[in-house]
Amino acid sequence: MTPVQIVFLLTAALIIGSAVMVVVSRNLVHAALWLVATLFGVAILYAILDAGFLAVVQVVVYIGAIAILFIFAVMLTRKEMRDRGPQHRKDWWIAAMIGLLVLAGLVSVLVGQPEINRIAGPIPPDFDPVLALGHALVSPDAYVLPFEVASILLLAALVGAVYIAASRKP
Amino acid sequence: MTFWSDPINFIAEWLRGILTGWGMALDWANVLIASLGIISLILFSMMLAIFLVWVERKVVARFQDRVGPNRIGPYGLFQPFADIIKLIIKEDITPTGADKVVYNLAPVLALASVIFLWAILPLASNIYGVDLNVAILYLVATGALGTLAIIMGGWASNNKYALIGAFRMVATMISYEIPMVVALLIPTILSGTMSVRGIVEAQDPIWYFILSPLGALVFLISSIAELGRAPFDLNEAESEIVAGFHIEYTGMKFGLFYAGELLHAFTFGGLMAILFFGGYRFFGLEQYPLVGFLVFLAKAMFGYWVIMWVKYTMPRIRIDHMLAFNWKFLTPFAFFVLVVTAVLNKVLSGLDTWLFASLIFGANLIIAWITIEILRVYSRRERRLAEGNIPAPVPPAHH
Amino acid sequence: MSIPLSWYLILSAVLFSVGLFGVLSRRNAIAILLGIELMLNAVNINLVSFWRYQDPVQMTGQVFAIIVFAVAAAEVAVGLALIISVYRRRNTVVADDIDLMKW
Repeated sequence: MTPVQIVFLLTAALIIGSAVMVVVSRNLVHAALWLVATLFGVAILYAILDAGFLAVVQVVVYIGAIAILFIFAVMLTRKEMRDRGPQHRKDWWIAAMIGLLVLAGLVSVLVGQPEINRIAGPIPPDFDPVLALGHALVSPDAYVLPFEVASILLLAALVGAVYIAASRKP
Repeated sequence: MTFWSDPINFIAEWLRGILTGWGMALDWANVLIASLGIISLILFSMMLAIFLVWVERKVVARFQDRVGPNRIGPYGLFQPFADIIKLIIKEDITPTGADKVVYNLAPVLALASVIFLWAILPLASNIYGVDLNVAILYLVATGALGTLAIIMGGWASNNKYALIGAFRMVATMISYEIPMVVALLIPTILSGTMSVRGIVEAQDPIWYFILSPLGALVFLISSIAELGRAPFDLNEAESEIVAGFHIEYTGMKFGLFYAGELLHAFTFGGLMAILFFGGYRFFGLEQYPLVGFLVFLAKAMFGYWVIMWVKYTMPRIRIDHMLAFNWKFLTPFAFFVLVVTAVLNKVLSGLDTWLFASLIFGANLIIAWITIEILRVYSRRERRLAEGNIPAPVPPAHH
Repeated sequence: MSIPLSWYLILSAVLFSVGLFGVLSRRNAIAILLGIELMLNAVNINLVSFWRYQDPVQMTGQVFAIIVFAVAAAEVAVGLALIISVYRRRNTVVADDIDLMKW
């Protein structure tokens, strides 16, 4: 067991454990905080995969913006600090069955593929992923058009969210 | 590679030799040496936090024309130990109805988010934790972790004032992250790399403070707001909201918040020094890493002193003025400076260094002058609206 | 690196199914959005691990993952704004009780 494999197994345990706590937890603020732990584990996974830029962007965008949005929304949509009533539907076992079926389907598709157990090849020595990502995002024969469309999407979402959530003062 | 030219690698090689001599596999020896390096860096930053308590109290005393602590040890040097002993022996109260796990985790996360920053600071040309090539973004990420700790502390205290203080603090911090990111992009563009060590190496011979004083100013203002220090400290002002999100914290938990805030201020002073004042460079002295280390500490102390100077001189700003200042002035200003710097950097890229520097410095001066003129027109109009067009006063007739 | 690709893919499959369970079994609308976030993260892990294991020089996988980040952020912002607006009118965030448009 190389150290990298041990780090991967610990990170996988963190991700799966926190994800299960997110969907099982009865206290909604705790669920949002377990989501933060899951997102942090995914960031560690990106760092293991040599995608350093994505790891840091994951922390900034998901934990620094989305998780804080969730916590604010949880605090703004309740009349008191405790959660009332049942948090899960009465037929939650159907949902568990569907989840297990989907998992079984995905794993069975994966197991049959050739070369599924390959080890990653090395990255060429003077290849800078951040520089290549920058080139890919703004060069006209790469992905500048999806990049610009994504920024317009974010602008539309920003304007829409502010308009929807603004309180109408008479 | 002698000890004086490369201390950290020298010690690592020596330890590696000893450990593999005892029969440990090379992978595990590397892991052990890396852990020792991490622990020693954390220990250094925590000891620095203790020293900073004394520095803060002496400096505020001198600003307020008094002496400060001078009883415990020579010049009061052991005062922080007295403070820490007092905090440790205090009773550890958890309010009823508080969420115990989250309540106890918040101060730990607040201090941890500051120590995370020390991993990327280049203390000398080859003394650093890791040379990340996305270190600028990593900086923003640790700020995000800090805001999470504040929300956790405010919510878990089961106290309305803590919650309001936490909301205000988080609103301030996430609002001022935007001018901070834009100000961080200015050294990135000027040096062509997001790695902090690369930015220090590129400040050769001209420091970025000369190339972009407005960028340094925007970074200073937004980092003071990120830290939550005066004049942006509405969340912990005793006269306004009774200590904000750390009302319910006593004893060493409050000590963790306090030490974390001081260390955070020093780290941002260090970042000012690295990004705009040349880091560990000092006219060629940086070939000796230990001298570079002392130079970096001196510059970081200077940055920290500027932050303290602003804190103990200016009055507090109200929360709506704070947010209006950010969204209506600082963000457009920062974007404008960034665009001008980027365009000039590209257009003038072939010129000789000193001509390049003086042109960009001149452009900064022009932007500052235009901004002050716009502000003057705007404030004159505001004052006329507020006072209702009072005509100029007639001087009294001489008898 | 000595980690087989299948480990990453199975991890993302498990994360996806946990998120699916969360979406289908929770009553609170915000908790449903939490499950959707888990599923989006599982997709991202898949994309980035295929980028690394197939051809790291071609940045398609990472660009795709960044677009997924942007879309997830936009979706969470609009979704939470809608939930807060519904809470203001109907005083509830339980998904079963928001049924004005059911026949």
